[in-house]
Amino acid sequence: MTEVKSNNGNKQRTIYICQGTGCVSGKAFEITEALKKAVAEQGLQGVNTDFTGCHGFCEQGPVAIVEPEGIFYACVTVADVPEIVDSHLRDGKPVERLFYKDPVSGEAIPHHKDIKFYNMQQRIILRNCGRLNPERIEDYMATGGYESLKKCLKEMTPEQVIEEVKRSGLRGRGGAGFPTGMKWEFLRNAVGEPKYMICNADEGDPGAFMDRSTMEGDPHTVLEGMIIAAYATGSSEGYIYIRAEYPLAVKRVRLAIQQSEEKGFLGDNIMDSDFSFQLHVKEGAGAFVCGEETALMASIEGKRGMPRSRPPFPATSGLWGKPSNINNVKSLATVPVIIARGADWYSSIGTEKSKGTCVFALTGKIANSGLIEVPMGIPLREIIYEIGGGIPGNKNFKAVQTGGPSGGCLPESYLDQSVDYESLAAAGSMMGSGGMVVLDEETCMIDIARYFLSFTQAESCGKCVPCRVGTKQMLDILERICRGEGRHEDIDLLQELGKQITAGSLCQLGQTAPNPVLTTLRYFRDEYEAHINENRCPALFCANLISFYILPDKCQGCGICLRNCPTEAIVGDKRMVHVINQEKCVKCGTCLEVCPERFSAVVKVSAEEVDVPSEPIPVTAEKPQTST
Amino acid sequence: MIALVTDNLTKADIQDKLNDVFSHYHGDKQELIPILQETQEQFRYLPAAAMREIARFLRIPESTIYGVSTFYAQFKLTPLGKKIIRVCRGTACHVRGAGKVLTEIEKQLDIKAGQTTDDLEYTLETVACIGACALAPTMTIEGETYGKMTTKKVAEVLGDRSKVE
Ligand SMILES: Cc1cc2nc3c(=O)[nH]c(=O)nc-3n(C[C@H](O)[C@H](O)[C@H](O)COP(=O)(O)O)c2cc1C
Ligand code: FES
Repeated sequence: MTEVKSNNGNKQRTIYICQGTGCVSGKAFEITEALKKAVAEQGLQGVNTDFTGCHGFCEQGPVAIVEPEGIFYACVTVADVPEIVDSHLRDGKPVERLFYKDPVSGEAIPHHKDIKFYNMQQRIILRNCGRLNPERIEDYMATGGYESLKKCLKEMTPEQVIEEVKRSGLRGRGGAGFPTGMKWEFLRNAVGEPKYMICNADEGDPGAFMDRSTMEGDPHTVLEGMIIAAYATGSSEGYIYIRAEYPLAVKRVRLAIQQSEEKGFLGDNIMDSDFSFQLHVKEGAGAFVCGEETALMASIEGKRGMPRSRPPFPATSGLWGKPSNINNVKSLATVPVIIARGADWYSSIGTEKSKGTCVFALTGKIANSGLIEVPMGIPLREIIYEIGGGIPGNKNFKAVQTGGPSGGCLPESYLDQSVDYESLAAAGSMMGSGGMVVLDEETCMIDIARYFLSFTQAESCGKCVPCRVGTKQMLDILERICRGEGRHEDIDLLQELGKQITAGSLCQLGQTAPNPVLTTLRYFRDEYEAHINENRCPALFCANLISFYILPDKCQGCGICLRNCPTEAIVGDKRMVHVINQEKCVKCGTCLEVCPERFSAVVKVSAEEVDVPSEPIPVTAEKPQTST
Repeated sequence: MIALVTDNLTKADIQDKLNDVFSHYHGDKQELIPILQETQEQFRYLPAAAMREIARFLRIPESTIYGVSTFYAQFKLTPLGKKIIRVCRGTACHVRGAGKVLTEIEKQLDIKAGQTTDDLEYTLETVACIGACALAPTMTIEGETYGKMTTKKVAEVLGDRSKVE
């Protein structure tokens, strides 16, 4: 270690830049380079520049943390680098300008630990994400990494490991919530060799990215969990099936496997025991249905990824007809902690039936978008308003969507619901893989239902007719409702089709595809009725049902809307009230966006007539005070 | 960077590149998907002639290869542009206005999603989720992610199209 030069009482400091995918898109690589260069140029002693995986707070990215003080910088740019280096790293004076500002109170918060987004979380799966360099196995080992594997191999029989996981109450985080320990036991007791252990890192839910962040931010946790699972189940070979859209995750997992092999945690005779385990990476090729376990195995075998009926279950006949088990990334990442801290500790977190923590990708119309990990049983309201910081732009909450394309939308009356497998299922939604999309008053619920259905419709593998054709029928109906051509019988028809598709599909893709439609019908039926009966979109979203008007008592004739209109639908002149030609208007909303706020002359309405002149007339409105 | 390859490849070109790809594999049919992935990396799409050679190498019917390559969204059977733009249509992006961003790109490039510009400069695709949902709406150009997109930012990231035409 280098001598610490005392400049202004400066201590040993490390600045960690987040290099998760979100921050990388905000030029985190360039920022890291600029920091390294500036630190070197200044010849600062005792200052290290390093990087971590995703911190979860992607909305505020690129983010950086200076340790040991725990100072958190948000929205860093390359231009901020000189100031950080001079003021903080050299002179010991943190840069206040870059502190995170609380969206509710507006207060600047210097320390990572005081930010509500973080301090209300309980991080088990994500415990290391954003805290260590994911490309160095030594960092992981310094936090006690691979000690759990050692404990299993040296002190526990496979049966004891299974018993511990069973007692912990851990349930699968891939969606269905099946007890992990039981799945392992099935495989352990299955007849046939070899046995395969598979990690499902396909993460198909559009709107979820926690598996990605875990693999990018802490790949060794996933490996350690997987090796323990293989030991417990008696598997000699394993696969991690990663989505092709996640190149950085593929890279980091490959590197982690190589490092783990070098240290003797993977391969033959692991830690000098007689247990051997070979691990391979398989890249997906872009098919949502491959997240389903039987389809995933078909895909590893090089075939089209189509689900097959179960039984036989994978534990008896899985990959290449051999006994196999599939677990989600998060399920596996939890295992090392359960072994280290014990089943009793883990099962003390959460609710009676849903133990431990759950990770959510909190996105949509929410102030603090990002990845969060919370104990099971937390009310939705706390997630959205405390951790998430509420809805931006003074808009009202409308619904929260959980469970991705298989899940549902829950209205405000459910905000005090506990978040766990049972409560969400009872409300008609599901835990799923952890997508949580917040919707506000400007979101049309029929459009959301249509969106999810268009997704599942396109991803249906086509094997079961109700899924392939039924979802198309439902989609057609939803599209016509959004166009304002809905028919009175449509609501009943949607419900009927939904039931049939659920009953007649082989895998959960089809079985759950109607959920977004059925839950929006259950909780937002009035929006459907408004579209069908009144040609009105209450969210003012559906293009065919809305109109834009320029108010004659507000328009100043400035011409900004006219110049920006892409279809030349606006007529007007200097000091003349502008008029929108409704025939030509494509409802893009540009005029509303560009109309200066001090005029606010453009309005958006649905099923409403607004009294406006048919031709431009001279401006009569008084100029607002602020204008020049 | 990989040079753009159009369909006027000679048989020898294809064979050369494929031999290189094949040298990483044993010829088991389970290797089909990784082979297709690597082949596509070489040619930026899957030329029909290459698919024929893969069928021979793995001793499986060409129809199986066609079936697999049309099942997975990743595989392309027609040449792609030099730069691939992927606009996220995931949930988080959808509710934050990805639709408008896509329309704007379609307008500026004068193509629809799934198509390639005439000058083979850009291919426009949509993807289910890029995994950067907190930065919605998102898009990638040649793998580089752009977050918090707006219709105004489209021209900025696409650069001046008049120069390439
Ligand atoms: C259409 C479909 C997509 C799925 N996608 C995923 C996925 O992306 N990741 C995942 O872990 N499980 C996914 N699953 C669930 C898996 O089939 C399986 O239940 C899970 O991987 C088991 O792991 P767990 O017991 O650890 O939850 C999907 C299921 C279906 C029907
Ligand atoms: S929904 Fe667009 S990046 Fe996830």
